Order: sequence, then structure tokens, then C-alpha cells
Amino acid sequence: MSAFFALLKRDILLSIREGGTVGIALGFNLIVVTILPLGIGPDQNLLNQIAPGALWVTLLLSLLLSLDRLFLTDYEEGTLELMTHSEIPLELIVVAKALAHWLTVAVPLALMAPVLGLLMNLSPSQFGILTLSALIGTPALSFLGAIGAALTLGLKRGGLLLPLLILPFFIPTLIFGVSSTTEFLFLGSNYANSLALLAAISISAIVLAPFPTAWALRFNLQ
Amino acid sequence: MNTKTENLSLWNRLGNLFNFLANPSQFIKYSAYILPWLAIISLIGFAAGLYITFFNTPLDEEMGSTVIIMFVHVPAAWVAMMSYAIVATSSIGLLIWRHPLADVSAKAAAPLGATITFLCLVTGSLWGRPDWGTYWQWDLRMTSVLILFLLFIGLITLRSSIEEETQAGKITAILAIVGIVLLPIIKYSVEWQQSSLHQKAGIFEGQVATDFLIPLFIMAFSYTVLFFYLHMKAMRAEIYRRRTISQQRKHAFEATRKEEERLVKE
Repeated sequence: MSAFFALLKRDILLSIREGGTVGIALGFNLIVVTILPLGIGPDQNLLNQIAPGALWVTLLLSLLLSLDRLFLTDYEEGTLELMTHSEIPLELIVVAKALAHWLTVAVPLALMAPVLGLLMNLSPSQFGILTLSALIGTPALSFLGAIGAALTLGLKRGGLLLPLLILPFFIPTLIFGVSSTTEFLFLGSNYANSLALLAAISISAIVLAPFPTAWALRFNLQ
Repeated sequence: MNTKTENLSLWNRLGNLFNFLANPSQFIKYSAYILPWLAIISLIGFAAGLYITFFNTPLDEEMGSTVIIMFVHVPAAWVAMMSYAIVATSSIGLLIWRHPLADVSAKAAAPLGATITFLCLVTGSLWGRPDWGTYWQWDLRMTSVLILFLLFIGLITLRSSIEEETQAGKITAILAIVGIVLLPIIKYSVEWQQSSLHQKAGIFEGQVATDFLIPLFIMAFSYTVLFFYLHMKAMRAEIYRRRTISQQRKHAFEATRKEEERLVKE
């Protein structure tokens, strides 16, 4: 287990000290939300209405940008191959790397939601649900994204193929993320159900996704 | 220990069920007999089904003549689902039992599945216009079929972008297996979301009389046979392609070896 935490710590430190990945994700998210009102017009009511959907979609896209880097550097320099010989199974290594990705990319994106909510004309009392639903939903994105990152690892232009392969798997998270936010903001109904389903998807992804990911990594490392 | 070996043998026996299919030469031999029959059955089925559809089916009270689209559309949807099931089971067969033909089957079924899913989307869209007043509606069936189509496209692109063929087969098989999880999730999640917003009656809400059911099943049967005909044909083509490639490599290898021998003698 100490190997697991060592790996987690290493990946988090690498990500923080390199800084590039999370910066690109946050910057991309900001620029997309900025050009959105320019494209559809600055109608405050309209922006307010589409805020949950728009913010969730930009969140998915920003997260996708960083996913192809998940195993790539370790794969190219041979560290990943060494890791497969360590005392912990490859599945657990996948969990550590996906968890590090979630902590360093998805959590900052979720915490950024209030700023974006401001741009989309939501009132401060409505910011909380954006961050909350993003925090609950994004583990699924990191762990499912790991499958796509592992599948496209050996490819020269894997980063381009990754969205096509993995976005369909993000749809359930998107649907319940948007419905929980919409229910809280506009319908005033029981958004707890949607949040619970969002959590269920995340938990299932955390438990199940490492297996196909490790499977694909093994094929790629042969 | 004992139970483990028993389990293994049971596991192997399950795999052996498909052994008669596993040998490519055997498959080429048997499929040569089966193929013409599939073609004939499918042709007769389509002829009969289309005749009944166009000339012997009473027109629907509400939908009028557009009900005819149903006989092209609904079987396409069924066969689309079936083709994904074939891709998925072939992928499982490849990764667990390593049957050489399983990869060929998965590779051949994916473009066929994509085509028939596309056919289903197009006919559904054309049917939706006169009856629902729109080409596209984000209801649960359409959305899930669209996702199925995207999944097929993903499988095809992933396979074609990996150069090494056995590697491509294995990696694509993982995606196909993961995709099994996606289908029910998509179907139900969209249902849950949409239920509060709009309630669209299902296509089958008490509208299907026996007059419609008979041609529908004939058409579904013909579609299925046609699919298996094309699938088998594509598998044969793929086997021949792989044989040609291995023959080419063999000849190239022989030629290099002879050249080297000649150089050594000199």
C-alpha cells in the first residue's frame, strides 16, 4: 500500500511542478465559456438558462484535453514498464494515476465553476451546486478516461482519437450532472436523486474501469 | 486445487463449443456451402416481405402510407443491436479463448453494424418527419441508437489506426467489451432524464396489428439472413486477405534467405 501512496504522491507532485496540464485545462475551460456568450449573444436570461448544460459540456472538453497525457510520459520513458514489475498490481497503479489526475485536474476545474457561473449570469447562491455536482461526477470522467488513454497509448495521434472513443462513455455523467444542477437551479425539485446517481456512476467507474485499463496497458506494453 | 482444475476444464469446454468454427480452413470450406443458401433465402424473404408490405398491407389509420417505412426501419434497429452483440461476443471470444476467427468476425461485423445503424437512423428520421413533424427528437431510442453508431465508428477508427494487426484486434476488443456497459446505461439514463420533460409514446404502443406483424417479421428475418450472408462473405474476404499477406511475407523471407545463401557461396 505504501507503494500506492508513493506513486500517488509522485504523480501529484509531477503534475503540480510541471504545471502545464492543469493550466491548459483551466485556460481552455475559461476561453470556451468566454467565447460562448459572444457566439450566442449576451442575453442574460438565455445564458442563465443554458448555464448548467454549457458548463458541464465545457468541463468534459477541458478534462479530455489532459487525458492523453495520463500514461503517455511514463510510457515513452519506460517508467510504466518498470511499474508493472513493482509489488502492487497494475490495476492499483491505474487507480493511483487516475486518482492523481482527478486531484490535480478535475478538482481545480470543479473549484473554478463559481467563476464561470459568474460569467453565465448565475447568482452566488447558485454556485455551490455547480462545484458540488462537478466534484461528485468527475471521478467517473478521470477513471473512464483512463480506459481511453490506455487504448490509444501506442498511437502516434492518439490524442485526436481519444475524444471519439471516450466521450460516449461520459454521457451518463453529463446527463445526471446537468439534471442535478438544473433541478436545483430552476425546478427546485429533489436534486439529491440525481446527485446520488452521479455518485453511483463515479463509484462504479472507480471500481470497474481499472480492469480494462490495465488490460489495455498490458497489451500495449508487450 | 481440485475445483480449480475442474473449473478450468469447464471453461475450456465452453470454448471448445466453437472449435468447429475456429479453424479458418474449415470455415472457408463450410461457408462456401452455406453462402449461396443464405443469399437465396434472403432474396426470397425480401421479395415476399416487400410485396406484402407494398400491396397486401392495409394502410394505418393515423399514419397512412408512411407506415410502410416501419418495415424497413424496425428490422434495421433490431439487426443493428444484434450486430453489436456479435462484435461484443466475438471480442470476448478473442480475448478469452483466443480463437483466430473471433478477431476476423469482430472486424467484419463492425462496418456492417455501422452501416445498418446508419440505415436505421436515416429511415427513422424520414419516418419521423411526416408522423412526429420533426426529423430529429432527442428521445431515448434515437439517442441510444446514435450512441451505438458512434461506438461502431469508434471501433472502426481505433482498429484502423493501430498498425500491428493482432495488437489492433486485442485493443479494439477491449473497447467493444467496455461498450457493452454503455448501452443499457445510455438507454435508461436518457429515459430518466426525459421522463420529466416530455412523454413520447413508444413506437409499439398498441399500434401493431397482426396485418403489420407478419410482414414485419418476414422483413426482420430477411435482414438477419442478409446480415449473416454479408458477415460471412466479409469474413472470407478477410481470411483471404490475411493469407495473401502471410504468403507475401513468406515469399519475401524465402527470397532474402536465398539471396543471403548466394552471397555466402560467392
